[in-house]
Amino acid sequence: MSEQDYLKDISEIKNLMNRSSRFISLSGLSGIFAGIYALIGAGVAYFFLLPNQDYVTLHSWNFKMLVGLLIAVAVLSVVTAFLLTTRKAKAHNAKIWDDTTKRLLLNFMIPLVTGGIYILIKLNSQHYGLTAALMLIFYGLALVNASKYTIGNVKYLGYVEIIAGLICAALPGYGFYFWVFGFGVMHIIYGSIMYFQEKKQ
Amino acid sequence: MGIIENINKLFDHRIRLGIMSILMVNDDADFNRLKELLDVTDGNLASHIKALENAEYILVEKQFIDRKPNTRYSATKLGKMEFKKHIDALEKLIRK
Repeated sequence: MSEQDYLKDISEIKNLMNRSSRFISLSGLSGIFAGIYALIGAGVAYFFLLPNQDYVTLHSWNFKMLVGLLIAVAVLSVVTAFLLTTRKAKAHNAKIWDDTTKRLLLNFMIPLVTGGIYILIKLNSQHYGLTAALMLIFYGLALVNASKYTIGNVKYLGYVEIIAGLICAALPGYGFYFWVFGFGVMHIIYGSIMYFQEKKQ
Repeated sequence: MGIIENINKLFDHRIRLGIMSILMVNDDADFNRLKELLDVTDGNLASHIKALENAEYILVEKQFIDRKPNTRYSATKLGKMEFKKHIDALEKLIRK
């Protein structure tokens, strides 16, 4: 075999590994959007729902609005990611709902749902102090777990989220800012890096 | 140094190389998934799978899903090791 053949082999291997394992990777844009939604959500919360900077009591109107805001940010992020990824999949002629996607989602959801339920239980017993830290930690774990089914670098985002969550847990009272950093700033940074990598290819 | 030794004859074919590439990054894959990704005929794929299975590079597990037979393939430790050696050898050859 000539050098050309070896080169062809290697590019074929790369191509197959990507196509078979990578859930075409969420497009970088969806990360940027998720970050922007999180920042807008945080802004709304900061200016309208946390006016006196005191703690928010459970079952108050403010608290319900905060939860609603969180859900809105999450739903918007997921819908945007879904639409952008479907578009990308179509452009690459790849199927979006195959074995890889199912495994990716399952592995992503296990830590995430566990964390979500745990946070709800904690909230119900009046422990809101660590909510931001727990959200960051479990989200980070979900990313690291799901990254086994992608070729991209999402695990590094996961590590950052976990570390941010742990620092946040050690510094009570700054949860809001860590949340903004983890879900807003980090998503935008990570999304931009991904976006420029995609452009280069 | 034995670069040429590490070039594995078994991987000297596009389809066998493809099957291993897929199984390196997926825990397992079934027949149809491999077929779809590699774009080959049933008979062709089956014979290459057999070759890899005989070398014990891949593991074949037959099971039933909704009473339909389903065969899943996964790479063995030996298969993964050999594939890595092969890739390293390829890279060295190219860099020469």
